[in-house]
Amino acid sequence: MSFPLLTATAVLPALGAIATAAVPAARRTAAKWLALIVSLATLVLAAVVLVRFDPDGDRYQLTESHAWIKDFGVRYELGVDGIAVAMIALTALLIPFVILAGWHDADPLETGSKRWRPTQGFFALILLVEAMVIISFEATDVFVFYIFFEAMLIPMYFLIGGFGDRAHEHGEAAAATQRSYAAVKFLLYNLVGGLIMLAAVIGLYVVAGNFSLTQIAEARANGTLDMATSTERWLFLGFFFAFAVKAPLWPLHTWLPNAMQESTAPVAVLITAVVDKVGTFAMLRFCLQLFPEASTWATPAILVLALISIIYGALLAVGQRDIKRLVAYASISHFGFIILGIFAMTSQGQSGATLYMVNHGISTAALMLVAGFLISRRGSRLIADYGGVQKVAPVLAGTFLIGGLATLSLPGLAPFVSEFLVLVGTFARYPVIGIIATVGIVLAALYTLVLYQRTMTGPVKAEVEGMPDLRVRELVVVAPLIALLIFLGVYPKPVTDIVNPAVKQTLSDVQKKDPQPEVEASK
Amino acid sequence: MSASAVHSLWTTAAEPIDKIGAPDIEYGQLSPTLIVIGAAVLGVLVEAFVPRKSRYYAQVFLSVVALAAAFAAVIGLAAGGYATTKSGIVAMGAVAVDGPALFLQGTILLAGILGVFTFAERRLDPAAHGNRVDSFAAQAASVPGSDSEKAAVKAGFTTTEVFPLLLFAVGGMLIFPAANDLLTLFIALEVFSLPLYLLCAVARRKRLMSQEAAVKYFLLGAFASAFTLFGIALLYGYAGSVKYGTIARVVDGTVGEVSPALAGTMGNDALLLIGAAMVVMGLLFKVGAVPFHMWTPDVYQGAPTPVTGFMAAATKVAAFGALLRLLYVVLPGLRWDWRPVMWAVAIVTMLGGAIVAITQTDIKRLLAYSSIAHAGFILAGVIATTPDGVSSVLFYLGAYSFVTIGAFAVVTLVRDAGGEATHLSKWAGLGRRSPLVAAVFAVFLLAFAGIPLTSGFAGKFAVFKAAAEGGAGGIVVVGVISSAIAAFFYIRVIVLMFFSEPRPEGPTVAVPSPLTMTAIGVGVAVTLVLGVAPQYFLDLASQAGVFVR
Repeated sequence: MSFPLLTATAVLPALGAIATAAVPAARRTAAKWLALIVSLATLVLAAVVLVRFDPDGDRYQLTESHAWIKDFGVRYELGVDGIAVAMIALTALLIPFVILAGWHDADPLETGSKRWRPTQGFFALILLVEAMVIISFEATDVFVFYIFFEAMLIPMYFLIGGFGDRAHEHGEAAAATQRSYAAVKFLLYNLVGGLIMLAAVIGLYVVAGNFSLTQIAEARANGTLDMATSTERWLFLGFFFAFAVKAPLWPLHTWLPNAMQESTAPVAVLITAVVDKVGTFAMLRFCLQLFPEASTWATPAILVLALISIIYGALLAVGQRDIKRLVAYASISHFGFIILGIFAMTSQGQSGATLYMVNHGISTAALMLVAGFLISRRGSRLIADYGGVQKVAPVLAGTFLIGGLATLSLPGLAPFVSEFLVLVGTFARYPVIGIIATVGIVLAALYTLVLYQRTMTGPVKAEVEGMPDLRVRELVVVAPLIALLIFLGVYPKPVTDIVNPAVKQTLSDVQKKDPQPEVEASK
Repeated sequence: MSASAVHSLWTTAAEPIDKIGAPDIEYGQLSPTLIVIGAAVLGVLVEAFVPRKSRYYAQVFLSVVALAAAFAAVIGLAAGGYATTKSGIVAMGAVAVDGPALFLQGTILLAGILGVFTFAERRLDPAAHGNRVDSFAAQAASVPGSDSEKAAVKAGFTTTEVFPLLLFAVGGMLIFPAANDLLTLFIALEVFSLPLYLLCAVARRKRLMSQEAAVKYFLLGAFASAFTLFGIALLYGYAGSVKYGTIARVVDGTVGEVSPALAGTMGNDALLLIGAAMVVMGLLFKVGAVPFHMWTPDVYQGAPTPVTGFMAAATKVAAFGALLRLLYVVLPGLRWDWRPVMWAVAIVTMLGGAIVAITQTDIKRLLAYSSIAHAGFILAGVIATTPDGVSSVLFYLGAYSFVTIGAFAVVTLVRDAGGEATHLSKWAGLGRRSPLVAAVFAVFLLAFAGIPLTSGFAGKFAVFKAAAEGGAGGIVVVGVISSAIAAFFYIRVIVLMFFSEPRPEGPTVAVPSPLTMTAIGVGVAVTLVLGVAPQYFLDLASQAGVFVR
């Protein structure tokens, strides 16, 4: 038996989480270093996955399959296609930066007993989330996916509720209340989505008799598994609802601004750049493959919702007073683009969407982490409290600008390529929607540049005076992300090469069901 | 007319004594029950003859050994094939020894052992006059607040009678899911109910509340028993027998001969329907299904917490076992009649338990309503009427009982000056003071909420899957909705423990003896093992999923 590489990639951070949690209370710094080393080792494993993956080979590679819960028809089945490889690489890449950026975020306050170890908990939870996210990218068994899709809510919930942003205009007590509100809102939205998906998962089992993605997709393709149209649509809706909450898609998005606003910047990055990607990824992998007809059926409605997300998110971002809320609404707008690309059902659109998932992860991480550094210096999240930062902290301002420009998809930076692909792909099939979506880009320019102008330019505010520039640790976080943004902006081929074959296959799943004469004849 | 002739009008000469043969009793197959009941009788003798000082140790030792021996006997029977190929009806048709019976008996015995551990805990309550004391009243007979109570406390009395009472209750519970005729069912019901009523009344602290709980439980329980008994009478009138198999055959219409004495009533469907409904009602009372749940919150709150934990776990197992056997063995022919009713009961139970729980402010009441909601989930599996339905219910019961005992054991640890601090506001910030205890309790809450990788999820998935396959898709949808509602209040407790600031006068967490630690540790271990690798136990449950008829 070959080395279970995919399992190892997920198990390593999980073990790291346990080890980090077990570090004694007094050895906080050791816990941090341990977590960082584990995350780097995971990155190495992810790189091995990337290298071992052959874009032109089988659809699912590095597969593992073991019996798990026979009575439920569940097998422990893992396998990656190009899309999954890209997402795993993104996750493994971002976590070390998240850990490094959050180095001091969980240093304990005064309250609590000797056994209260928030720092260890913080880094252990981040690694646990990483493990669960990675395994849900790898799972080719619907049940296995579901388990980790749901279970990751718990560590995420503790990260949001337990380690919130300490910068709050009304003091620590108000911050604690809002934080736990945000955490509960996050959990309930996602839990309800997940439970509705559970009903659909059970329904899928009743119809199909097993949970294997490959088996079900194959049986559907060759006609041995017949699903009534209404059944397929209900099941699709059950799955899609959960993913749309997670992604998040308007009107199920309202938990995201709260969660991102109240959590620390690294956790906010974890939410929007890593965890939410499971939602859009799952739309590609599960909705389209398991329910191709229903996906086609629901496309118009989903496209309209995605369009609303794009415009609505951007409009609300323009109006925000709080930096982190602004980034959250910008993310909602970007998730609208991703979902638009997925359901445009063109290869350009879906390649663009997948690429967008990667690029959005990197660009949001860059912007949000710099914003976090800024906020930690001033102790306020309000845009109005800043002004003239570029005069006192030019490097901070410069990196913030690049992150912002990436968010507004400036040509030459990575998100531009993906946004362009999405728009082209959408336009090819739905020109009107493509044109309206373009408005989102204009609005993105507005909210990003206004944010930069209000915080960084103008006269130096008294409270900003003497603000220190980026420290070495912070530069180590930001510089590679910016380098990557520029590199992928100029040369996106490494990612597209991996992603494109997988996208073509995914697309063929859906189109195979299009009423085409030759397909009908071959039945 | 001579005196003897008159007398003969209302008497008849007795049959000669020698014509009554000795009954055939399969002692081996009944050994789990016999061991437990025998030990309970011994326990009573211990109370009478052993000096007060050593009673506690004698009782704990006796109870644990008896329950362990009975568990070993269950394992032995199962290994000997009595759960599958050699399953059969013993004791002249009174008791069935088959897969479901042995599975549930094993579960009840394990719950009983953990129950004894929590009963025997003596490190939590502060020592009274230099004597270590447990959760039970110094002298149950003394009036609360009276001089005699003070004297009893001062003398260091403890109510060691709780151990034989627990054994009697376990004995009844072992018979209850195995009962194969209605009279045995009723006797088992009484045998396990009466000790539980008593156990509810003997709390050391908040004694009036405890006694009130016991009275409520007793009165409502007596009502339910009366219903059951009346239903049994009607069923006898219908079928001319109290044996499960015979009644089932009459329901199916495969019994030809009509007993002359019952010619007027036999085969009367009204009797069948009303009688069956009444018996089922009595069982639904015991499982705490809406609308027969009213006693649950008060009794769970008032009873000593170790008793609540034991009762919540074991009673539910026994009662669902009996309900399953009744519905699957006696009344399968009626399933088109009872399924719609049980659908309705399951739906209102799930929703009712989950919704009312949201408003609770006491942790024990909260767990009580949660147990009602869980009864609804289990009913979803009962409704399936498939072999998968049986095995999913068995699995759920096993998983649920360990979570429950563990959770209530944690409740006993959180204390302030007034004893256990059960008001939710006092739990604020527990995660800061005692991260480990709070984390353990969080695991139990997540299992109750059915979060993946806990036993709660595996159980919930099993029953919902069975229900969906049995054509009850609507139940599944209601089930996930009420799971979502229920998740809200479990999460609320977690928020309180971890994200709220600790109160300065908040409770402390007592360090328990290894007894309670074992109970909690086993609870956590089973919760996680059944969550991550449930296959072995699912196999066990599905092998055990066939009733003998």
